[in-house]
Amino acid sequence: MTEHDIVIIGGGPAGLAAAAAAKKAGTEDILILEREGHLGGILNQCIHNGFGLHTFKEELTGPEYASRYIDMIEKEQIPYKLNTMVLSISSDRVLTVINREEGLIQIKAGAVILAMGCRERPRGALNIPGYRPAGIYSAGTAQRLMNLDGYEVGKEVVILGSGDIGLIMARRMTLEGAKVKVVAELMPYSGGLKRNIVQCLDDYGIPLKLSHTVVEIHGKERVTGVTLAAVDEKRRPVPGTEEYYSCDTLLLSVGLIPENELSKSAGVDLDQITGGPVVNDCLETSISGVFACGNVLHVHDLVDYVSEEAALAGRSAAAYAGSQKEEPSSSNIRLRAVNGVRYTVPQFVNRESEAEQWKIRFRVSDVYRDRYISIYYGDERVYHKKKKVLAPGEMEQVAIKKESLEKYPDLAEIVICTEED
Amino acid sequence: MKELNYDAAIIGGGVTGCAIARELSRYQLNICVIEREEDVCSGTSKSNSAIVHAGYDAEPGSLKARFNTEGNRMMGDLSEALDFSFDRNGSLVLCFSEDDRPSLNALYEKGLKNGVPELSILTGDEVRAMEPSVSETVVAALYAPTGGIVCPFGLTIALAENACDNGTDFLFETEIETINKTDSGYDLISSDKIIHATYVVNAAGVYSDQIHNMVSESKLHIIPRKGDYCLLDKEAGNLVSHTIFQLPGKMGKGVLVTPTVHGNLLTGPTAINVTDKEETSTTAQELADIMEKAAWGVNNIPFRQVITSFSGLRAHEEGDDFVVGEVKDADGFFDAAGMESPGLSSAPAVGVYLAEQIALKANAKKKENFIETRKGIINPQKLSLEERGELIKKDPRYGTIICRCEGISEGEIADAVTRTLGAVSVDGVKRRVRAGMGRCQSGFCIPKTMEILARETGRNMEDICKNRSGSNLLTGKRQGGE
Repeated sequence: MTEHDIVIIGGGPAGLAAAAAAKKAGTEDILILEREGHLGGILNQCIHNGFGLHTFKEELTGPEYASRYIDMIEKEQIPYKLNTMVLSISSDRVLTVINREEGLIQIKAGAVILAMGCRERPRGALNIPGYRPAGIYSAGTAQRLMNLDGYEVGKEVVILGSGDIGLIMARRMTLEGAKVKVVAELMPYSGGLKRNIVQCLDDYGIPLKLSHTVVEIHGKERVTGVTLAAVDEKRRPVPGTEEYYSCDTLLLSVGLIPENELSKSAGVDLDQITGGPVVNDCLETSISGVFACGNVLHVHDLVDYVSEEAALAGRSAAAYAGSQKEEPSSSNIRLRAVNGVRYTVPQFVNRESEAEQWKIRFRVSDVYRDRYISIYYGDERVYHKKKKVLAPGEMEQVAIKKESLEKYPDLAEIVICTEED
Repeated sequence: MKELNYDAAIIGGGVTGCAIARELSRYQLNICVIEREEDVCSGTSKSNSAIVHAGYDAEPGSLKARFNTEGNRMMGDLSEALDFSFDRNGSLVLCFSEDDRPSLNALYEKGLKNGVPELSILTGDEVRAMEPSVSETVVAALYAPTGGIVCPFGLTIALAENACDNGTDFLFETEIETINKTDSGYDLISSDKIIHATYVVNAAGVYSDQIHNMVSESKLHIIPRKGDYCLLDKEAGNLVSHTIFQLPGKMGKGVLVTPTVHGNLLTGPTAINVTDKEETSTTAQELADIMEKAAWGVNNIPFRQVITSFSGLRAHEEGDDFVVGEVKDADGFFDAAGMESPGLSSAPAVGVYLAEQIALKANAKKKENFIETRKGIINPQKLSLEERGELIKKDPRYGTIICRCEGISEGEIADAVTRTLGAVSVDGVKRRVRAGMGRCQSGFCIPKTMEILARETGRNMEDICKNRSGSNLLTGKRQGGE
């Protein structure tokens, strides 16, 4: 069994940024494990631009954004293994790892950073009725087949779900000569970024049908069409509103799920809402020395925020690996998301934490206009700020200064909510 | 037109046809299996409850009763000889009301008459002691320890591979359109072949009436009876350990809740008579129906964890029994028709029975070199760490994981494609090694599985199909793509 101070699972944007930050914080012995044949993760197939505006103050494509971090890794000579998959993690941080060259090996990690990313919700999870022909793809799978492998996945396309990958793929397939007939969204609002709706649908005249869903898939061999219908406020199809669209491809962009099978094998507590680990302000999970960042922790809207969050995980893991402490840090103040705030990450903050302030990220559960975001320490409202628009597709963040807690020595819970006034 | 000659031709590469082929390949006969799809196990055999019924359900004296009980008895030894997954997990039939107790008792009596061993009736509390998730409303249950669960793909493919290893030819994408009686037997005619066969077996599933009716005046009528299912994530697989039925009603066995041999939780089926023999689309109403009914017997089924739903057709014959044996007005033509539930459980016994009938009629001798066993595809997850390491050293492809959800390696997929009767489609790979059958439902692995299929079979990516011809996954190369 080999040993490393920090082992990072996943060589996508989260893993790379975590590695760079851990190195900068002084940890020498870092190992990145990546299951694909390249570093960079899903960014490699995101050949559109729009990445890096916050991090690098310029607009990069996905591969360009990834290469900035890959260059850092190479420059710092941080070791990584490609085509290498972690099969399980024990609660004492022993990883069982498989690849072609070494076979099945075990690695003992001083600290582990979970950075496995997320996966797309498949058709089955939606229980869309109908046949099960070829031509039904999750948007990311189609993106990979087109952008990395160079194939055409379809000629006439209907997209269900207005998540960002679906919107990006609407434009991408249009540019490749496919006819994208419509994007249907079950909810009364889009799950994607506003800028993507404008740049990927509106600019190409692709209609977005809100409060609509696919009620039937036609075709026995390859998709021949789908039937859409409007849904009522309980998201049930409204009889009589069915509309048939002929198409050979149905793309699904209906949500992303943090991929936490490994976290579960280690016994990490997961948050029912985010689908990712419950973490404290150091991004440490319920298992001592196991940290999480990026889309495995919660699904992000922008990769820039992934990088920022991952850097914190990298610094925390470096501090942990250097300190030899074995007890999980006591997470003494819980953050509670209520009234329109779906969740927060982190879920706990620790007043003994070394940070001066904490960035609390969250998403809202509906589209709100001119609504306030408020923070309460007990009965006292300590933060109250009006936002013009709040939407579930965009991640929000607020900062909490540690010193603001000094007046509240017995505080056990911080409440974050939206308020009308 | 290609002309082919066989002593015996079996129409249908489902579990029944493959079981007959495997048993008939014991004899010195030249035989073939004719299948209209691109692979075996592509019709009813792939979409069912995956249950090896104990045998208490069928009417005493019926062929269903006889072959079910026999097939159940054979399944353990067969799973060892042919290396497929089978687990005798026991089954429970739940009774929800004292008013229904007479039907529960009647089921018990039927079971005794059918020769089902070790049956007993349990109180509600005894059932809940065995299965804590069973509903408080359950007052009693019939317990059959010999009931089991099987991998229907594993069983069918194992039978087919073993038949093939013993000399059986498999003719895929061949749909018999006409059958003519000749002096020496029958001419089976498809769009591109004429198959001359002395003996013919009709194991054509929902189409077995059409095939039968081509040669006989005594007509069969198969009513396709559709059943939808929901398959849940492996995280839900431990909710129950036994197969849990509800007391049968007029339309079939009701909704069952069962673990699968792979550790998922399966619930269904519905029972809707349809006219189209290809009508395997699921409907929202039926899926809702499953969720409602399943909850009667088992508490807290996590339907949020459904990973896929599917639908299959039972080949229900109007006479309500299997039709097995030589057709009275068609000499040398044998039926295995109306093979609805318990068809999967019965297939091994039907195979032995029909093979003996045909061999007797043909006066065929047994082969001396019959290969009794078949090795399945290695499952590295069942090996120890050391064994698995050794395997990867020998063949590094076992060290590359392709399907992350199910943990399936390139070595397993390549074996599935290159072995006897290897997979030619993505669904064929999925049924052999489960790549793409996990919670992401092939989102991550399908491009790689397609690549391995294309490479190992020497085809272009654009020619790789999901299943039958026409189900191409790609519509072409990207303009400017390499």
